[in-house]
Amino acid sequence: MNARTEILGRVRRALEGVRGHQAAEVPVVRDYRLVGDLAPGSSEAIDVLVDRLDDYKAHVHRVETSETVTALLGEILAETTSVVVPPGLEPHWLDGLTSGTTVRTDTVDAPLSALELDEIDAVVTAARVAVADTGTIVLDGSPDQGRRAITLVPDVHVCIVRADQVVHSVPEGVTILAAHPERPQTWISGPSATSDIELSRVEGVHGPRTLHVVIVG
Amino acid sequence: MSTFLGLPSLRSRGAHSSGGTGVLPEHAPVGSDVPHPDAPLRWGTTFPDAARAALGNTQLRRNLAHATSTIRDKRAAVVGEVPDWEELRDAGAAIKAHVMTNLPDLLAQFEEAFTARGGTVHWARDAAEANRIVADLVKATGETEVVKVKSMVTQEIGLNEALAEEGIAAFETDLAELIVQLADDMPSHILVPAIHRNRSEIREIFLERMEHTPEGMTDAPRELAMAARAHLRRKFLSAKVAISGANFAVAETGTLTVVESEGNGRMCLTLPETLITVMGIEKIVPTFADLEVFMQLLPRSSTGERMNPYTSLWTGVTPGDGPQDVHLVLLDNGRTRALSDDVGRAALTCIRCSACLNVCPVYERVGGHAYGSVYPGPIGAILTPQLTGSTGHSDPNSTLPYASTLCGACYEVCPVKIDIPALLVHLRAKSVEEDRARNRPTAWGAAMKAASFVMADAGRFATAEKGLALGRIVAGRSGRISSLPFPGSLWTEARDLPAPPKETFRRWWERTHPDTSDGERS
Amino acid sequence: MGYGENLSASPLQEDQPVRIALAATCIADAMFPQAPRATVRLLERLGHEVVFPTAQTCCGQMHVNTGYFADAMPIIRNHVQTFEPVLDGAWDAVVVPSGSCTGSIRHQQAMVCRRQGDEKLARTAEQVSAKTYELSELLVDVLGVTDVGAHFPHRVTYHPTCHSLRMLHVGDRPVRLLRAVGGIDLVELPGAESCCGFGGTFALKNSETSVAMLSDKMSAVKSTGAEVLTAGDYSCLMHIGGGLTRNRSGVRTMHLAEILASTRDEPVVPPVAGSDVENHTVEVSTR
Repeated sequence: MNARTEILGRVRRALEGVRGHQAAEVPVVRDYRLVGDLAPGSSEAIDVLVDRLDDYKAHVHRVETSETVTALLGEILAETTSVVVPPGLEPHWLDGLTSGTTVRTDTVDAPLSALELDEIDAVVTAARVAVADTGTIVLDGSPDQGRRAITLVPDVHVCIVRADQVVHSVPEGVTILAAHPERPQTWISGPSATSDIELSRVEGVHGPRTLHVVIVG
Repeated sequence: MSTFLGLPSLRSRGAHSSGGTGVLPEHAPVGSDVPHPDAPLRWGTTFPDAARAALGNTQLRRNLAHATSTIRDKRAAVVGEVPDWEELRDAGAAIKAHVMTNLPDLLAQFEEAFTARGGTVHWARDAAEANRIVADLVKATGETEVVKVKSMVTQEIGLNEALAEEGIAAFETDLAELIVQLADDMPSHILVPAIHRNRSEIREIFLERMEHTPEGMTDAPRELAMAARAHLRRKFLSAKVAISGANFAVAETGTLTVVESEGNGRMCLTLPETLITVMGIEKIVPTFADLEVFMQLLPRSSTGERMNPYTSLWTGVTPGDGPQDVHLVLLDNGRTRALSDDVGRAALTCIRCSACLNVCPVYERVGGHAYGSVYPGPIGAILTPQLTGSTGHSDPNSTLPYASTLCGACYEVCPVKIDIPALLVHLRAKSVEEDRARNRPTAWGAAMKAASFVMADAGRFATAEKGLALGRIVAGRSGRISSLPFPGSLWTEARDLPAPPKETFRRWWERTHPDTSDGERS
Repeated sequence: MGYGENLSASPLQEDQPVRIALAATCIADAMFPQAPRATVRLLERLGHEVVFPTAQTCCGQMHVNTGYFADAMPIIRNHVQTFEPVLDGAWDAVVVPSGSCTGSIRHQQAMVCRRQGDEKLARTAEQVSAKTYELSELLVDVLGVTDVGAHFPHRVTYHPTCHSLRMLHVGDRPVRLLRAVGGIDLVELPGAESCCGFGGTFALKNSETSVAMLSDKMSAVKSTGAEVLTAGDYSCLMHIGGGLTRNRSGVRTMHLAEILASTRDEPVVPPVAGSDVENHTVEVSTR
C-alpha cells in the first residue's frame, strides 16, 4: 500500500471510531468583524496605517498626488546609485532620480540574478492592498510589484500605496487578495526584524533593512 | 579552549562540520547538558528529573523569566486592543475542529489544487519516510547544501541529522535556530528555540562557532543580528535548494503559507530553484478566507506583534518567479494516532504560536529542555505523548501530562482555545485506564482506590478523620508538622503541614447544631 | 468539561432569608474547619439559614485531576446524591468555600460521569452544579451583597487562586468583598495571577518545581508587608502557608470567609504565627 492510501486510510479510521460518538459537527460561526469601522481610503484609516508603520520603524511619507511622488522619490533615493523596478511601475515616478542613478527593470523574461540584485541599492514598487489595522502592505506579483526577489535582496524598499488601496481590517484585505490566490503574495509589516535574542525586537535582518512607504492621495 | 558555556562537542554528522563554512575549531569544548537526541520527540529523562536538573541552573531561570515576562506583556497589550478577540478565537477553534473531522476530503482537495499549479505532493507515514523523500529530492538536484527556514516539523523528524548522514549539509537560517545549530544544542521553545540563551551567551557562541564575526562585536542584539546577516548572506544568494515548513495550507486553492520575521524565510522561499516543504497533515485550513482569522490570531499570540514582518504565500509554481521545482511532503508521524482520540485530537489544532509556553509557570521555571521533546511547554505536554504513544511508566513521555498544576493560564491565552488543562487530565485518565487494562498495579493506584473507598461514604470518612488526630501528636506544641516519612517528605522538605484541628468541622457542626439531622431542616 | 465562563446568577429576592446547603469540602472539614465555620457564621449573621448535609464527603477533584475517574465515581455519586435535594427546593443554593472544588463540581463531575457511562448521574450533576456557588459568587451574585458588615483591622493581601480566577472567572468579586471590610488595609499582591505551585499531586510528583513556584509566590507575599495572606481556597493556602511558616515569615494565612466573618464585636484574630491554628478560630455560632 502506498503512503498516500495508507495515511488517508488511517485518517478515515481515526474519524470513524469517534464519529457518532460526538455531537453533530459544530458550524463555523464568524462573529468577528468582517469589515472595520473605518472606510477604505478614509483619512482615519490612513492615520491608523501610519501609526502602525511608525511603530514598526518604517519611514512613512504622505503626498497629495501621483505627480508629487516623482519629487519625493528623488529625495528618498538621492544618495542611491542603483534602483531596480518592476516593468509596470508608473514611469514618471522615476523622473526625479539623479542622473547618476542606474535604473534596472526586472521582468519575468529578463530576470536579474540574486547576485545582480545584491549589487542594487534600492527597489521601488507599488502594492496590491494595505491593511491599516496591522500596518501590512501586500504585494501579489502584479506588473507594478514585480517578482518577489526584487523586493527582497536590495536593502531599501520604497513602496507606493494609493490611498484607495488602504482598508481598515485584515478580513477586508483578505477579501481583495482572495480574488487571485494563485499569485505569490508577500505580506510586509515593516522592515525585517527579529526578536530571537531575549525577545527584544531588533529591526533589520535579512530582508530590506529600510522600508519607505509612500501613501498617495 | 573552554568557555563558560561549556559548549558540547559538535556532532560529527552536524551540518556545520560537514558543510562548507568550516567554522568549527578542531577541539571544540566538551560537556553537554543537552545531548543530541536520537528521537526528537523523546529524549532525556522523566520530566521531574529533568526539571530538577534545570532548576539548578540559575542563569537559565533568569533568562527565561526575563524573556517570558517581556513577551507576556507584549502579547497582552496587542490582544487587548482587538475588540473581537474572543470571536476570532471561537472562529479559529471552530475552523480547526471542522478541519479535523473533514481531513480526508480537505487533504485530497489541497493535493489536487497544489498539483494543478505545478507542485508535487509526497506522503510520508513517519519521520524516516519523510527524511528519505527529502534526501532523495535534494540528491536529485545534485546539491550537497540546503538552506532551511525555521520549521518545527523538520525538528520533529530530525531532518538535519538525516540529511547529514546522506552527505547533505542543512543550514538553519532563522537566528534562533542558527544559535541552536551552532551550539549543537536543542530547541527549547517553539517560536524562539534559543530562548534559554541570553545575549552574552549568544555572543560567545558566535565568536566560537561562526566564521568572520565582526571585530569587537559586543553582545548588543543589533550587532549579533548583523553578524548573522553577514554570515548567511552568501548562503542565501547561492543556495539552489531550500527546505521549509508551513503554517497553513489552504485546501480550496492549494496555497502554502510561511509566517516569519527576519526575511530568511523569504530568502529560502524565493531565491532557490528547488523548494521542499514538509508539513503535518493537520495544518490544512479549508478556505483562503480562513487566513483572515489565523493571520489575526497568530502574530499577536506569538511574538506579541500586530502582524509579523513577513508572510509568504505560494500556490504551486509561479512561472518566472521563485522556485520552479516545488514539493510538499505531507507527514503523519503519529498525527493519525492523536486524531483517533476524540478529546486528545484537539492538540492537533495547535497553530504553534507558543503563547502557552510564555505564560506557563512551570515552563518559566524549568525551560523547554526538561520536556525532552522539540515540542515543549503545555502544548508539548499534550502533543508529544500523543504523537509517540506511551510505552509505559518507564517512558519519559508518560510523565509529561503531569508536568502541570492545571492552573489554566495556557487555555486562557490559546488562540484556538485548546483546553490544555482538560486534555492533561484526559491523558492522565487514559494512562490510568491503560494500567487497569493491563493489570499493572501502581502505588498511586492503590492509594487512590483506598481513598475512594473512604471518601465515598461519610461514616468511613468521619472515622478516617479521627485517625488524623494522631497528627496532633506529631505536630506537638509547635502546631506544625515539619517532617514526614516518604512520600509525605515530598511535601515537608520545603513546607510545613498544620497540625490537624482538635475538632473537625463535622464534629463541630454536630455539637453546635444538634437540632438538625442529616442535613434536613429541623 | 472545561475552563468555562462564569455562571452568573440573578440575586434572589432581597431581604428574603435564603436556605443554603454548605459543602464544606473534605480538606477543610478535616484540616481547616475554621473556613466552613466562618462561612456558617457569616451567612447566619446575614440572616440566612445554613444546613450541613452530613452525608457529604468530597467532590472527587483529587481523583479526577490525577486521572482516577473510576475511583472518582463513588465520590461524585455521593456528592451529587447528597446535594440533589437542592433540585426539589430543600435548599435554595449550595455554597462551597473553595474555588477549585466549585470548579470541579461545575466543570468536571458531569464529564467524568459521561466518560464512565453514567449519563443519568451526569445530568443530575449538571443540575446540582447549576445551583452550586463558590462563596464570593454566592454573596455577590445570589445574595447581592458586597458589604457584609465585616471588620478586620489588619494589613491583608489577596491571592486569587487559579481555579477561582480561570475556571470560575470570579473576577473581582472577592476583592470587592474585601474592600468593603471595615478597618482593612488591603494591599495588592505582585504577580497575583501566577500559580503558587500547589496543583494537588503536582506538589508531590514535581515537588522541586512546585517549591520553585512557591518561593516566588512567598517573595511576592512578603514584599507586600501584609500580616495576612487570604484566598478563597484552603488547598492553595495550605501550600503557601506551609512555606510561610517553614520560613518563619510571620505572615499568616486565612480564608476569605474568616475575614468576612470577623466583626468589631466578635473579631477573628489572625493566628499567632507558628502556633496551633486552633487558637484564633471562631468557637461559637451566632445562632
